[in-house]
Amino acid sequence: MTAGTEPLVSVTDLSVAFPTGDGVVRAVDGLSFTLARGGALGIVGESGSGKSTAAYALLGLHRDTGAEVSGSVTVAGHDVLAAGDAELRALRGGVAAMVFQDPLSSLDPYQAIGDQIAEVYRTHRKDASRRAARERATEVLDRVGIPDAARRARSRPHEFSGGMRQRALIAMALACEPRLLVADEPTTALDVTVQAQILDLLRDLREETGTGLILVTHDLGVAAGTVDELLVMKDGRAVEHAPVRTVLDTPRETYTRDLLAAVPRLNVRRKVVAKRPVPSVEGAVEGSAEGAADTGVLLEAEGLTRTFGRGRKAVTAVEEVSLTVRAGETIGVVGESGSGKTTLGRMLVRLLEPTGGALRYRGRDIGGLKERELRAFRSELQMVFQDPVSSLNPRRSVGESIADPLRAAGRLGDAEIVARVRELLERVGLDPGAYHRYPHEFSGGQRQRVGIARALAPEPRLIVCDEPVSALDVTTQAQVVRLLGEIQRDLGVALVFIAHDLAVVRQVSDRLVVMKGGRIVEEGAADTLYERPGHPYTQGLLAAVPRLEKAEAAA
Amino acid sequence: MTTYFLRRALGAVAVVLVLSAVVYVTFYVAPGDPARLACGPRCNTEQIRQVREQLSLDDPLLTQYWHFLQGVFTGQDYSTGTSVLHCDAPCFGLSYQNNQLVTDMLVDRLPATASLAVGAMAVWLAVGIGTGLLSALRRGGVTERALTWLTLAGTATPVFISGVALLMLFCVYLEWLPFPSYVPLTQDPEQWAWNMLLPWLALGLLESAKYARLTRSSLLETLAEDHIRTFRAYGVRERSLVARHALRGALAPVIALTAADFGSIFGGAMVTEVTFGLPGIGQLLVNATQKIDLPVVVAVVVITGTAVVIANIVADVLYAVADRRVALR
Repeated sequence: MTAGTEPLVSVTDLSVAFPTGDGVVRAVDGLSFTLARGGALGIVGESGSGKSTAAYALLGLHRDTGAEVSGSVTVAGHDVLAAGDAELRALRGGVAAMVFQDPLSSLDPYQAIGDQIAEVYRTHRKDASRRAARERATEVLDRVGIPDAARRARSRPHEFSGGMRQRALIAMALACEPRLLVADEPTTALDVTVQAQILDLLRDLREETGTGLILVTHDLGVAAGTVDELLVMKDGRAVEHAPVRTVLDTPRETYTRDLLAAVPRLNVRRKVVAKRPVPSVEGAVEGSAEGAADTGVLLEAEGLTRTFGRGRKAVTAVEEVSLTVRAGETIGVVGESGSGKTTLGRMLVRLLEPTGGALRYRGRDIGGLKERELRAFRSELQMVFQDPVSSLNPRRSVGESIADPLRAAGRLGDAEIVARVRELLERVGLDPGAYHRYPHEFSGGQRQRVGIARALAPEPRLIVCDEPVSALDVTTQAQVVRLLGEIQRDLGVALVFIAHDLAVVRQVSDRLVVMKGGRIVEEGAADTLYERPGHPYTQGLLAAVPRLEKAEAAA
Repeated sequence: MTTYFLRRALGAVAVVLVLSAVVYVTFYVAPGDPARLACGPRCNTEQIRQVREQLSLDDPLLTQYWHFLQGVFTGQDYSTGTSVLHCDAPCFGLSYQNNQLVTDMLVDRLPATASLAVGAMAVWLAVGIGTGLLSALRRGGVTERALTWLTLAGTATPVFISGVALLMLFCVYLEWLPFPSYVPLTQDPEQWAWNMLLPWLALGLLESAKYARLTRSSLLETLAEDHIRTFRAYGVRERSLVARHALRGALAPVIALTAADFGSIFGGAMVTEVTFGLPGIGQLLVNATQKIDLPVVVAVVVITGTAVVIANIVADVLYAVADRRVALR
């Protein structure tokens, strides 16, 4: 490009439509924007707003997929929609490189990471030797902060952690020194601390190489500190496009304001709702169901431990964790991946058997009970799972799925069960007529509501929610969290809320437990812990949460 | 690794023991008198009684089975009236029909069956995988539709039809090939191959239809995976995508199925063997079953079971080589 003023990316009246069984779905509808050389643009919006579809069009990824693309897309002087196959291949990775979401599935599981990067390099530098390509792979892996890059280049994806895999994908994008990076939700699958590192890396790379960046994300907090301009998308159209500060400080559209409001914030205290005074735990009498009920202690874990595997390969996922859940309270459990929070949650509802310690439910030790003896407690201890897609049987209607625990309990007749399911659907904000519909007809947020309804069905006293919102976009996250809060207030259920996102947890929790390496490193009242974190690990977690204010500080 | 092979070997022994016990029980309770069949139609009651005694058919089931196990693990001596016939371990006893050592009968039959299995596998892998790849890469076109029809027709045609058709075409009508008669590989490799050609094609083509469909669906599934999209978005050619990134994952189920099929030919390819007059194990099994010749049937079942188990171990090892995430434990 000789003309210095020509924009790096120029999109005019772009439309992308997917023909489906019942008509054409217009995912992107008349979108136009430009990106200056070296500029950084954030494309934000809820899921289904067309932001990823628009980003894919920049690399011509809709070609041969049956999608109907119209308008014009120019990237560094290349007309993407008109380009021949060879020109398009040269553009992909050579001029504009994509960083995909979900780093695990986006790398070839059978090949060494260094070889995969070298292959991309040799695709674009035909004259490069194998050796040169390998050296380049090591160089970019080193650049993105993979320690001991020459050796780790020989590792396969499963030997990398999630954060390292995301770094490897960024390294692959850098391999051929592209002029534009397109990052599609690059941090959605990651922990908050790793997310912060990846965002820092993207910022550094921009400064260092002057490459342009298009960041697609549902989380305004992620975009805020990383890009210069924001493009807000809704239903395939741009509703707002302005510098970051303008959008954050003076959002024009209601939709943008809603998106902003949905970003979980650390500095918002939990709204205290009226509820029964909970007596202190001091008077708890062990072994007596009556006594325990009197003090409001519902579930008590003491020195709970879980080891997987045997002998030298044994891994202790949870070690000596003691925890008390009182009736009707919410406990947040936070920590990075691998800190043992899911294992703990599964043990609390006895989906897993502890290998050590005691677990008392209303005074009775249920830690070692057999499945048959546990059945009496199953309806009182329920779980909401992380992935609303895989935790519902796709071949059963949602009504049937919700009815399952009721049928298992065997107390109600068929007509009563149907009535109760309809009532539950309504309770979680779904149409009671949805009984006979199937999971694929629902969005992620709606499916998670179904999961919550199923957990509520047998009238439990305790629900363990394992990352219930981490697979959802921010707007839906806020709605589901609000729903859980309401349910807890209305029904007096105790909640154990597991999450890696501290801001999300803050909105719902009375008390908080911070886990690291299978142990509790800090616990206390939520407000105290957020305002005066004692343990350096907690401080680190808090510092990593992306803030909208950061953009203001940086700008 | 050592523990893996040890564990699998023990598993194989257990499988074979269970199989042989099931066959014993089935034949014990099934109607029919092996002694009458062994003795022939002109025998009188007294002669049949003698044969029964000689074959120990009046012993309780457990005793008979115990004798069989002893033979397999330690060998056995048989008295033929005038002399003593020694049968080394693994000894599967004497055939009820002709007092031959079953082990010898199997050793005689094994080469033909093994020849059939290896050649047919080569045919179904080459034709099946080739067709599957082609129809996956040309999907939506005329090629794919034609191939789909061909593979469907292939699956639907039993060997006794396709085999006879092949014989008619190549041996009678075109006279390109002589009527197949088995020639051992050790005797004349060239004649062996010419004579085995039609059986290989008949059985291989029948199986290849299944492999084509499996390869096609497996490859299409792999091509839809995220990591393929990554390399497509980096300008890698479609051809390299398939060869370098998709094929390895797509062929994993093909390896597993091959192992099971290859193993089961050692005892299950009777239709092909009978159609082409191959002196193999399948043919032996058909005759032995009709004559309630228990020692032979049990021996064939044991051989088939062992072959399936060994083929599966080979498949496991191939899996582990192809995919480093798989550990042999």
